[in-house]
This record gives sequence, C-alpha cells and structure tokens, in this order.
Amino acid sequence: MQLPPALHARLAGAPGSAEPLPVERDPAARTAPFRFAPRPVRFPREHDFFEEGDVQRHLYLQDVLTQVGGAPERPRVPEFTCQVAGCCQVFDALEDYEHHYHTLHRNVCSFCKRAFPSGHLLDTHILEWHDSLFQILAERQDMYQCLVEGCTEKFRTSRDRKEHLVMRHLYPVDFRFDKPRKSRGPVMPGAAEQVLAEAPGDDGVPSEVDAMEVCSEHVEPPPAPAGERRAYSHREMELVSFSCPRTVAQNLA
Amino acid sequence: MWSRQRGRLKPLCCGVEELRCRRREREAALRKARREQQLVSKRLLRDEALEEAEEGCVAMIFGEAEIQQFLRLAQRGTEEKEREGALVSLRRGLQRPETQQTFIRLEGSIRTLVGLLTSNQALLQLEAARCLHELSHSEQSAVVEACLPATSYLLTYLSGHSSDFIELCLYTLGNLIVESEAVRRQLLPQGIVPALAACIQSPHLTVLEALGYALSQLLQAKEAPEKIIPSASTDSSVLGSTLPQHMLQLLQPGPKLNLGVAVEFAWCLHYIICSQVNNALLITQGALSTLGLLLLDLAGAVQRTEDAGLELLACPVFRCLSNLLTEAAAEAVGGQLQLRDERVVAALFILLQFLLQKQPSLLPEGLWLLNNLTANSPSFCTSLLSLDLIEPLLHLLSVSNVVSVLVLTVLCNVAEKGPAYCQRLWPGPLLSSLLDTLAFSDTEVVGQSLELLQLLFLYQPGAAQAFLQQSGLQALQRHEEVAQLQDRVHALQQTALHG
Repeated sequence: MQLPPALHARLAGAPGSAEPLPVERDPAARTAPFRFAPRPVRFPREHDFFEEGDVQRHLYLQDVLTQVGGAPERPRVPEFTCQVAGCCQVFDALEDYEHHYHTLHRNVCSFCKRAFPSGHLLDTHILEWHDSLFQILAERQDMYQCLVEGCTEKFRTSRDRKEHLVMRHLYPVDFRFDKPRKSRGPVMPGAAEQVLAEAPGDDGVPSEVDAMEVCSEHVEPPPAPAGERRAYSHREMELVSFSCPRTVAQNLA
Repeated sequence: MWSRQRGRLKPLCCGVEELRCRRREREAALRKARREQQLVSKRLLRDEALEEAEEGCVAMIFGEAEIQQFLRLAQRGTEEKEREGALVSLRRGLQRPETQQTFIRLEGSIRTLVGLLTSNQALLQLEAARCLHELSHSEQSAVVEACLPATSYLLTYLSGHSSDFIELCLYTLGNLIVESEAVRRQLLPQGIVPALAACIQSPHLTVLEALGYALSQLLQAKEAPEKIIPSASTDSSVLGSTLPQHMLQLLQPGPKLNLGVAVEFAWCLHYIICSQVNNALLITQGALSTLGLLLLDLAGAVQRTEDAGLELLACPVFRCLSNLLTEAAAEAVGGQLQLRDERVVAALFILLQFLLQKQPSLLPEGLWLLNNLTANSPSFCTSLLSLDLIEPLLHLLSVSNVVSVLVLTVLCNVAEKGPAYCQRLWPGPLLSSLLDTLAFSDTEVVGQSLELLQLLFLYQPGAAQAFLQQSGLQALQRHEEVAQLQDRVHALQQTALHG
C-alpha cells in the first residue's frame, strides 16, 4: 500500500483542512432498489466485530502476566544502613530500602512513633489520638471519619465507625489499622457501655496478633504523661473488642 | 518520546517455531473463549503451558508440616534473613496447586499470612504479598477466595508509597477481580474504585500500568455497565470518580507518554465507552480531543520506530474514537479543530499501512473509524480526495471480504456527496477496481459495489459509458440470479444501456 509522499509531511504540518467541496445530492440516489445511506456505526461490547482485537489484547495480557509475580532480579549494591535515627536496618538493594523506608519511616506519628501505611491513616490517627480539640468536638458531634477513601460518613464513636466499616464496607472485624486507643487509666465508674477486656489474641493465636500492629519495633511508644491520661481516660473506655471474632471472620472470609 | 518499560523478559528456552505454534494454539483458545463470551476467565489470563515450559527449577510440593514450619519461622524466627527465607520457600511452593490446596486448608494459615502482610517488617511484607499473589493466580476458586480476608489491606496499601509493593497489590487485586462476581461484590463496597482513583496519581509507571490492568479487568466484568461504570451508583462508580479525567491525562501525547501505561488505559476507556453509559460526559472531559491527538502521535511513532506493540494501542484508540463519533454530543463539539483536522485522516492511513504489514486482522477496526469519520463529513471526504488517498484505499480491496466491504462503504460515503466528489474519483483506477470486486462471490462485497456504481452513474457523466466499454455488463450478469442483488443488478443494467 503506497502512500503519497506528501502524506507524512502533512502529518507533521499544521492543523487544518482544505475547504470542503460543495455537497449536492440527487434524490434519485437513495431510491429503491438502492439503499445506501452514509452512517456512523456503533458497536456494543460483545459484538463479534471486536473478536480479533480482543484476542490480540488477551495474548498480550498473557505474556505480561506470566512475567509478573516472581521476585525480579535486583541489582545488588554494597551494603548500607538506613539513615533514620534509631534504625539500624541494613540493605543491599535499593528497592528493598525503598519499601522499608515507606513502611516504617514515611508516615510516622511524631507523638507516639507508630507507623502507618498511608498519609491518610496517619492523619486520621493523629486527629483521633493526639488532638485535644478533636476530643472536645467529639463530645458534641460526629467526628470519627470512615476510613475508606471516598466515604464521607462520620460517627460519634470509634465503635460506631467500626460497625460501619464491617457492615457497610465488608471490612474484617479485626482490621489492624483501626485499633482503638488502649486504655491506660483506671476504670471510671459509670463509664462507657462496653467493658470488654481486649483478649490477648482474637482466636487463640497468642499476642503475635497485637504485635503485628504497625508500629516501630525499634522505638517504644512513650507512655502518656499522667496529666493527659486523666483527662482522656473516660474516652479510653470505649474499648472495642468482639468476643466472637472467629465466627464473624469466618463468615466474612 | 515513547518509552516502553519491559524489564522482566524471561529468557527463551524453546525454539522460534515452537513458539509460533504455541501462539497459534493460544490464539485459537482465546478465539473460542470469546465466542463463548468467556474471554475474561482467569484460566486464560495465565498461560499454564508456557510457564511450565519456562520453569527452570520445578517448585516443590509441600505438606502440612512443612508449611507450618515455614509459617512459624516467618512469624517468630529470630534472624530476619531466616524469616524472609522461610517465606521465600513458602512462596515458591505455592506455585504448585497441591501446595496451595494444603495451605488454604491449614487452620490459621491465611490469618498468619495476613498478619505478615500487615507487619512492620518490610521485606516480610513483600514476600507475604508475593505469596498472596501466587494464591490469587490459582484456577481453583477455593484458593482464590481464601485471599479475601486480605483485600481490605491490599486496598489500604494502595495509598502507600512503596511502588514495588503497590504494583504487586494491584496485580493481585486484578487477579481477584477476574475471579468472580462474588469477589467483586466484596471489593466494591470495600472501596476499590476510590482506592484506584487515589492511586492513579502515582508517578511510577509500573504502578500505573498495574493499575490500568486491574481497572481494565474491573471494567470488563459482565456487570460493569450496570454496577461499576454508571455514576448513579454510590461509592463504586467509575464515571462518578476522578478516574476518567486521570485516564485521559495519561493518554495525552507528549514526552511522558508511556506505551505500556497508555495501552492499559486505552482499553479501560474502550470498555467504558462501548458500554454506552454516559459517553457525553467523557466528551465534555475532552476525550475526543485527547484521543484525536493520540492518534496523530501514534502515526508519528509508527514511522519512527520498529517498536512492537503499537498496534496494541491503535486498536482501542480506533474503537474509542469510532464509538464516540456516533454520539450526538460529538457533533456538538464538531467545531473543535481536531474533528476537522485532516491530519487525522493522514494519521489513520499511515496506521492502516502499518497494520497491513504488522497485523492485517486489525484493518477492519481502522476502516470502521474511517467510515465514522467520513460518513457525515464533507470535510473529511474532501481530505481523502485532496490528500490522494483513494488509490491507497483501493489497494486494500484484496485483503478480505470484511475489509472490502468497509473500503467500498467509505468510497460510497465520498461518492454520495454529489458530482463535485465523484468528479475527483474519476477517472483513475476506481473503475477497474470495481470490475474486480464484481467478480467476488461475497454478496455483501458485490452489493456494496453495486451501490457505488449507481452513485457514479448518477453523478459522473461518462461513467456508465466507460463501464460498458470495459465489459461491465458481463461482470453484472453473473449476479442476475442472486436474490439480494437482482434488483440492483437489473437497475444498473438499465441505466448503463439507456442512461
């Protein structure tokens, strides 16, 4: 298929087009038995016309996907240490370091040193755990924001939010990034409805489960100062611990 | 500048002929699946045989005791390297379906894996994610659905920053999405669409390509036109999110355009557009304009490089443009330069020539676009003439029946606009090409030839005469008895003889 040589130049040229030739139709053109009429054609999803292209697409996907998933060959570099204060992790590949940094040091709460998988969760955490204004406002209005991005619902208590996450968003009941603040203070008489002790492990698996909460393993969270504890202890009684997590979790799985 | 990122090619260990044969088999399987509307099945995405052939070291089958051992070591080993090594061994074992089955039946195994996935140990996280990825690949539903407890975390991690990890989460999610509608019924309320919308702002090409893949799988789902695409649905709506705008941005030509990424998002757009949910919205977001410019860019790229794969992008771009052009809203924005810009026609022909050499089976799609461009556009019909593209078009007449019908339809689009147009079609090779197509046995090809002839007889003085002189009547005769053609054949015979 020979293309006119000027065509490539035209492609590289300026936008625009020649003046269209005058259109002049004769009504005899569309009289029976002739039936041609120009019309743009539309094809829906499943139309056979798309078969070829779809097949080519899937051949391509097959090739791509067989290459995904295996650990890729990483260029090794001379060993180096993480430069963040207090961290002595050693690496010999840059990508490993990148992941380490983002996991442990990127979204870290400056108050309690807990690390979070995203800025969004970190912001929520700081607001709910370390912002005194939040606590005051929370007494009057719904302040606990749903954790799912895009959902604008807010709740009065973290327990209500948890219920929303489970019922509306099908989240696991033990979602690890929604731990309520652990109680440090004494039980206040007449405090919140729920006084369920937080079980050491949800279903018999020992406290490894708690240890898996994302927090820096090198720096212990500093104990809350006594004054703070007194002011917030009544809030901390909103413990959320489901007594039969295994059944619920199994139902969700 | 078109950059293609494909750093993971495995070394070839079978001969070229074997590969070609394999490819033909795979094509046949895919074609069959498409006819049965099963093209989105998990099984087809992962080409088992190819993998086995390339497997250097065969993965071992692990029993319960061994799996438990690995998990224990990973969870509580003292040495980090030891913990990591245990997970790596487990991951390799999970390439075998037998090990997968044993794994999911072991009590607490998924729970432990999810625990490792959400731990603070970065390298353990990565390996745990790879284990999940292996499980997500499985053909057994039970194995894939065992991954469901992890989905809320996979989605959470999409808002993170570690590109390798996010990429892995995305491919895993992509596999899960394909598995079944039941799985998607969990992923949608968990917020997969907003999670993808947030993640699409990542600067990493590998992440974007993985995201495009996962999204394309979501959009290809059977229930997508009702439940996933429309903006009326609440949190699970693609059109209601910022995804379309970001997709269009990623398709804009320029130095940052990456082929792998563009291919994925072009297919995403195609699935949205051909579902015909709200194409007017996409047009207001500049889809026509962006795709038109992309077409020009593609044609430029095709001239410059031998790059394999440009047809993978051309195909969805053709489809998107063609379908969008049928929308009423398209005419409203027809004043936009792109839709009258004759460079679009030039680009299309350069791409048609490219396809003729590289992938002729995709020619119909390009010609479909040409039809939609020229049908109601005197401007584009004039461009075809002024750019001397009629002859190249005629060269396509021998490729296949489908292609011939489309070529003749485009020529009819031009001819029906009147004498000024027919004049420019004449003289030239058109008549002899038409006489050739009249010799075809395919009724549709002949029928379209007859339509074109009628237009030429009507608008071009001397056409009928020339037709007679070149034994046109004999060419017509062989179709006198064909039901769909009879009337038109007779009418043409009359016109030719009596004017």
